[in-house]
Amino acid sequence: MVLVLFVICLVASGAVALVNNVTAEPIAKAQAQKVVAALKAVLPEFDNTPEAATVEGFEGVYYEAKSGDQTVGYAFESTSPNGFNGNVKLMVGFAVDGTIVNIEVLEQAETPGLGTNMTVADNVLLLSFRGKQAADVNMTVKKDGGDVDALTAATISSRAYTDAVARAYAAFKSVTTGEVNAYTSATQLKAQTENATTATEAPACGGCTKEEAQECGKGPHGNCGANCKHK
Amino acid sequence: MGKNLSTFTSGIVKNNPTFVLVLGMCPTLATTSSAANGMGMGAATMFVLIMSNIVISLIKNLIPDKVRIPAYIVVIASFVTVVQLLMQAYLPDLYNTLGVFIPLIVVNCIILGRAEAFASKNGVWASALDGAGIGLGFTLSLTLIGMVREILGNGQIFGMDLWQGGGALIFVLAPGAFIVLGYLMILFRKLTAKK
Repeated sequence: MVLVLFVICLVASGAVALVNNVTAEPIAKAQAQKVVAALKAVLPEFDNTPEAATVEGFEGVYYEAKSGDQTVGYAFESTSPNGFNGNVKLMVGFAVDGTIVNIEVLEQAETPGLGTNMTVADNVLLLSFRGKQAADVNMTVKKDGGDVDALTAATISSRAYTDAVARAYAAFKSVTTGEVNAYTSATQLKAQTENATTATEAPACGGCTKEEAQECGKGPHGNCGANCKHK
Repeated sequence: MGKNLSTFTSGIVKNNPTFVLVLGMCPTLATTSSAANGMGMGAATMFVLIMSNIVISLIKNLIPDKVRIPAYIVVIASFVTVVQLLMQAYLPDLYNTLGVFIPLIVVNCIILGRAEAFASKNGVWASALDGAGIGLGFTLSLTLIGMVREILGNGQIFGMDLWQGGGALIFVLAPGAFIVLGYLMILFRKLTAKK
């Protein structure tokens, strides 16, 4: 009885191993093709074979595209965990000057017919980014005070998408400037700006008005310090 | 031949797995958001069903009664893994859409049900035909549900626009699956009762 079951398991696992051997290569190829297809879709024309690289402060990988010796752009495989049904994974392509060339959705499990519209060609979400200078786009949805048109009123999928683009842009800055730009989510960022505002509004420059302090060339009121001639 | 033919056709009409036996509801409800997805799921299940029916009817005399269920499960699971690997290699897009439901074919009660009720008592040829019939019935049912949901929900059929502007989204979402399944079941019963 045990022997029969053992033999059946042995034969079955042998057969599965065989199929695995045969299909391993096509599977790897299919996945590589998917990456190349996504890169072609999001980057300016390139003629090298971009290889996956990593950068500090960024969880995914990125690809550097070259035409001859000239770098023409970077593509970032960026994942946001904030999707409606799990991860939203995008391939975001930047030209060297920081323009967002195009964005491809690699993985998503959003609600069919609502969030899944992020994969539709020329959807409003994509149009909020495509062809724009990344630095000029306030990467939060309009409902939260940003520049991004949302797909639906509930904006969950749109926020996740925007989050993934923002992560990619932070990484793009790290790669191009060489500085580490750890990504901070929109909520963290909001908290930071609030802190910063409170700090700058503290009256520390004895006697002078805000406008006068700014003339010192040292920025807002609180920072003019020892160089302030109005002191 | 007459008996074989009736074995084959009974799976499509009289023993239709979705509308009459009401087996395998989980993939039926979950993967039929479009006609192509339903068809892909049905085809994968049909392949596993035919192959496992053949193998089980071949080895039915070797398996002791006490361990027959584990033995069947091993056979079925192997074929499902084979389908999964093949699909990943050659149909990556379909594989991405069906996702977790491919491995779940293992626990689809249609397959174990046919192994237990038919393949373990009948010859190889009859079992293969039974698998093909039930599998085809399942595929047709899933494709039909997928088509209805796609037309009503997106205004498309097999991804082609029938009209602009989409449709009632609810049919693409989970509740639509139940509604469409229910009405198709009524229709199916009414049509087959007349015969």
